[in-house]
Amino acid sequence: MVDSLLAVERLSVALHTRSGWQPAVDEVSFEVAEGQILGIAGESGSGKTMTALALLGLHPAGARTSGRALFEGRDLLALARRDLRSIRGRQIALVLQDPMTALHPLLRIETQLTEHVRQHLGVSRDEARRRATELLATVRIPDPRGALVAYPHQFSGGMRQRIAIAMALACEPKLLIADEPTTALDVTVQAGILRLLDRLRRERGVSVVIITHDLGVLSAVADQLCVMYAGRIVERGRTGELLSAPRHPYTRALLDALPMAAGSTGMRPITGTPPSLGAVPAGCAFHPRCPFAQDACRAAVPPLAEVGEGHRSACIVDPLPART
Amino acid sequence: MDVLRLSGVTVAYPRRGAPPVRAVVDASFALEPGEIVGLVGESGCGKSTLGKAAVGLLPLASGTVTFQGRPLPPLGRGMRPPAFRPLQMVFQDPYSSLNPRRRVGEQIADGIRLGGHGSGRLTAEVGQLLERIGLPAAARQFPHEFSGGQRQRIAVARVLAARPACVVADEPLSALDSSAQAQVANLLASLVREMRMAMLFISHDLSVVRQIADRTVVMYLGTIVETGPTRQLWEDPQHPYTAALISAVPKVGGPAVLPAELPGEVPDPARPPGGCRFHPRCPIAEAACRLQEPGLLPAGPAREVACLVAQRRMAAMADPEAP
Repeated sequence: MVDSLLAVERLSVALHTRSGWQPAVDEVSFEVAEGQILGIAGESGSGKTMTALALLGLHPAGARTSGRALFEGRDLLALARRDLRSIRGRQIALVLQDPMTALHPLLRIETQLTEHVRQHLGVSRDEARRRATELLATVRIPDPRGALVAYPHQFSGGMRQRIAIAMALACEPKLLIADEPTTALDVTVQAGILRLLDRLRRERGVSVVIITHDLGVLSAVADQLCVMYAGRIVERGRTGELLSAPRHPYTRALLDALPMAAGSTGMRPITGTPPSLGAVPAGCAFHPRCPFAQDACRAAVPPLAEVGEGHRSACIVDPLPART
Repeated sequence: MDVLRLSGVTVAYPRRGAPPVRAVVDASFALEPGEIVGLVGESGCGKSTLGKAAVGLLPLASGTVTFQGRPLPPLGRGMRPPAFRPLQMVFQDPYSSLNPRRRVGEQIADGIRLGGHGSGRLTAEVGQLLERIGLPAAARQFPHEFSGGQRQRIAVARVLAARPACVVADEPLSALDSSAQAQVANLLASLVREMRMAMLFISHDLSVVRQIADRTVVMYLGTIVETGPTRQLWEDPQHPYTAALISAVPKVGGPAVLPAELPGEVPDPARPPGGCRFHPRCPIAEAACRLQEPGLLPAGPAREVACLVAQRRMAAMADPEAP
């Protein structure tokens, strides 16, 4: 990729625990091109949210970061707080799982959709209001003018998430980071949000990083996927290829855990649980849960090696044995 | 004979200074032993209300719920009569349904005692249940020592301790990630088969229901719009709402396909649209749909649908001579 908007290089985030410094994110690298949707998948505790927070400088105070995160050539991790603030919300926006964490319950939608626009872009009140109305129409809120004078509690969960996305889009960011944006929503509403994200990317060239455990969501919209386990990327590649022919046993296990068509086996759980911070097994972190683990897997962390064009996998068992 | 039967169940929430909101209107279905019935619909459709009414947690405005042939009294302050203890519920959030300050083994032992099965072998029984859910060494531990999926399995063990004949599970998987979902779903499904329990499985996730339910009941805005064997309903939905729900589910693998959007919002249940409740969002609505509320009528063996258009189509197929 030549013109990537965001290039993350060997990003690590270490947290201080009772057993010393432990990596919650360990040497993670990926790129997002303009207008591209990148998905980050993994179970709870795999480090996917921490990765996103670190990019925005929102990781816990006291955590140590290393590596680089080049956004249009500037390293987000090395920026002064003030400089990061001018990028955060303005050029990179964040959408969270629960829209009520983004929306203030006591303020009208208008205030929430115009305040930061006026702050970041220095436009007049009327101009900010006009843009807010447009944005609400973009995210398909019925009666945008009426919505401006309403409060968050007057909307359903799906509508609130749309408003939170409108808020994130208000300053026309180039990159949207969405952490489980549809997890709490009904499938019908989820379909609407996914279509919205896809439209924003096509019509406005917005790049999106979607973080979710739901491979169905990523299959629908993501161009590229990163699968994380215990803080590391274990497989990375084009979505279609990665989901139809996974090369890492963990990716395959995630797929096999999904409910599938009637008649297929489906919903085969992954044995065991993900390791907790500070108790990550030596060698390949997945080996205790892996059906194909060998002695060598316990000895060294396998490198994220190229296994196809633009496809990398961190597993020494290649090709994987056929499914039983 | 059916274990749990709901007949014409209507549940209304009282409001100050306004007529009550009918969250569930005239719902009827039954569960047989060893059967899993999935109850699906968007949030706000009344599926959780119906689930609570089915175990007696909410009073009925009209209709009846019978458990093993006896009418279910609403849950009061006193102890529930022993005859109804085999009717149990699994809640959504295992973080709040387990007591954080008591050991796992003690909480499961409570279930055994409440079920009236207390014997001198409590510890042994607790051990067996924990073994069954795959956490044999959990008895001395506290809930916070477990992950979400493990906690939900513990909550299931506690329900099983009462030796239920019927379990209502309200979104038991939605707080869990995919792998933990698979674990808990498999556990519930195999327990239903082994113990010949009946289970009402309430979920907004159609793909999970498709995987484990024998029959599926689809709700929209407080009414049942379609019921039938899960596979048939999925492959050949009769109601346009069922079809819309199914096409909104993202598919994994293969070429990327954006799931289909269902325009509009679920209306306010306090002011449901006249005629068919789904008509403002329905892609095939006709003039008659605005005026006439369709009843839930048989539509082939073991199927029912509440849609005028589908009912007419079926009548035409049954009698090709009719105009």
